[in-house]
Amino acid sequence: MAHAGKLHRLRPVDYVIMIFIGFACLICLLPMVHILALSFSSNGAIMAGKVTLWPIGFNLDAYKAVFQHAAMVRSLGFTVMLVVLFTAIAMFMTVIAAYPLTKPHLRGRNFFLLMIVFTMFFSGGIIPDYLLMRELKLLDTMWVLILPGAISAFYLIILKTFFSSIPVELEESARMDGASHFRILWNVYLPLSLPALATLSLFYAVGRWNGFQDALIYISSSHLYPIQLKLYELVISGQVSDMAIMEAQNRGAPVPESLKAASIMFGTVPILLVYPWLQRYFISGVMLGAVKG
Amino acid sequence: MGMRTNGGPESSGARWRRSVIYVVRDWQLYLLLILPLTYFFIFKYIPMLGVVVAFKDYNIFKGVWESEWIGFAAFREVFQMDMFWKALRNTFVLNFLDLLIGFPIPILLALLLNELRVRWFKRTAQTVLYLPHFISWIIIGSMAIQLLATNSGSVNVFLGKFGLEPIPFLGDPLLWMATYVGTGIWRDAGWGTILYLAALTSINKELYEAADVDGASRLHKMWHISLPGIRPTVVILLIISIGHMASIGFDRPFTLGNPMVSDVSEVISTYVYTVGIQSARYTIATAIGLFQAVVGLIFLLGADYTSRRVNGHGIF
Repeated sequence: MAHAGKLHRLRPVDYVIMIFIGFACLICLLPMVHILALSFSSNGAIMAGKVTLWPIGFNLDAYKAVFQHAAMVRSLGFTVMLVVLFTAIAMFMTVIAAYPLTKPHLRGRNFFLLMIVFTMFFSGGIIPDYLLMRELKLLDTMWVLILPGAISAFYLIILKTFFSSIPVELEESARMDGASHFRILWNVYLPLSLPALATLSLFYAVGRWNGFQDALIYISSSHLYPIQLKLYELVISGQVSDMAIMEAQNRGAPVPESLKAASIMFGTVPILLVYPWLQRYFISGVMLGAVKG
Repeated sequence: MGMRTNGGPESSGARWRRSVIYVVRDWQLYLLLILPLTYFFIFKYIPMLGVVVAFKDYNIFKGVWESEWIGFAAFREVFQMDMFWKALRNTFVLNFLDLLIGFPIPILLALLLNELRVRWFKRTAQTVLYLPHFISWIIIGSMAIQLLATNSGSVNVFLGKFGLEPIPFLGDPLLWMATYVGTGIWRDAGWGTILYLAALTSINKELYEAADVDGASRLHKMWHISLPGIRPTVVILLIISIGHMASIGFDRPFTLGNPMVSDVSEVISTYVYTVGIQSARYTIATAIGLFQAVVGLIFLLGADYTSRRVNGHGIF
């Protein structure tokens, strides 16, 4: 609260504001609560429109079905592995890029920075990207979901800004003791940057978990489908063709609604699990990005 | 280059020697940079060269460099495609609607959040309001279908119980645009408050105290102190948003769109996908993508120029 410090007595206007904000929060939560309720409900109750915010005809069939759906389970496992590997590689690359670029005496630094920042504002587009992946024989491999996004120029600039705020005296005294740059980066910079490193790791991880377009374009074998593409196939693309069919014959959806709802929950729950940790850091991360973006 | 002493070949030799000295001195730093710079070269700059595909009759067997030059023929063809203009128009219309309706809401939310006096309530509200930003468009699109589909969506099933006609949220062009804008607000309005809230905390507290002495109401303080206090932030974010008018994400229109509303939901990013990846017309799709990238860059430079004029500093 901007002008607080002492306890104010709450006035009617405070309650009006709280009600308004509370209403906004409800709008954020209700769709998710509803989907959660659907995922635990019986199909009969769903079709009859009885389910609102609480499961009707409580059962775990949809979740059992998801777990028995081998492709779904494999996709989940693959995505978890992908996210871990991607985040590790992306953080490694971002750190080794950010550290040298904080050194004002490095020859060519401004040129390198300009080259990097330029990529944030202009890109070849998806077709040249696609043709490159084909030339590199990366299409339909796991690596096509890892390498092209291995450094985000934006996160790199954020980390560089953060590194720049570390007192240069720390580095100088370490240099005096004969420490190499590798040692300084490992023993001085990284321990002092844990909040920034945590923020960026989580942003990379969430980005990879939520990533969809690259998989849609580059991946054709279903055993390499990340979770978002799997969900798209299960819930959206099926529905779109259904809508065309339903124009002619008014029939029920082939995939039960509760199964779709349970699948959506599977795609969301990991985000909800990391979110509390994420939240501690991301405001500082966003602010860093805003200071020099 | 700093201190040139002698003229002629000697100085270039000296400069060369100095460069070698720098590279030797900072070899560890250059070593660290090798991988990242290679990354940017391969995955960012080679595709930029790859836009020459737009000027070639790309042949899958000949590859990018062996294919024949066709000049601007692809662009001439693109400019004659109805769907291209439709996609371009839709890109601007949807971005404009996002700006018109979606831009003010975070400002209002931030002003109200800033007035909350119960700390736990404020913190909980922020946690809840930021959450949707982390949910993918695939999930949001899936939820939109489950909630809003004309026949099986929960909202319409619910309305049906009262004998009301189903509302085609995703099937009618105008309602679809409303759904598109609405889902954007749902996802990002809360997240958009962060920068405003930061600006609000930096407003001088004495201003509020002085206003209290004068007996100003809460609304007065919001209007005359808080809002002017965040005006610079509002202006810069508005300019940045306008700078992004020509570019549009892929996931959101793609997951929400469907054949019934393609007249309003097909945008440049989805059209490039349809033409380039699904129909494998690489030359045409690259030309469309390049056209958009250039227009997008012009908009950004225009926004930067405006920002320099208005704020005294650019947006980059």
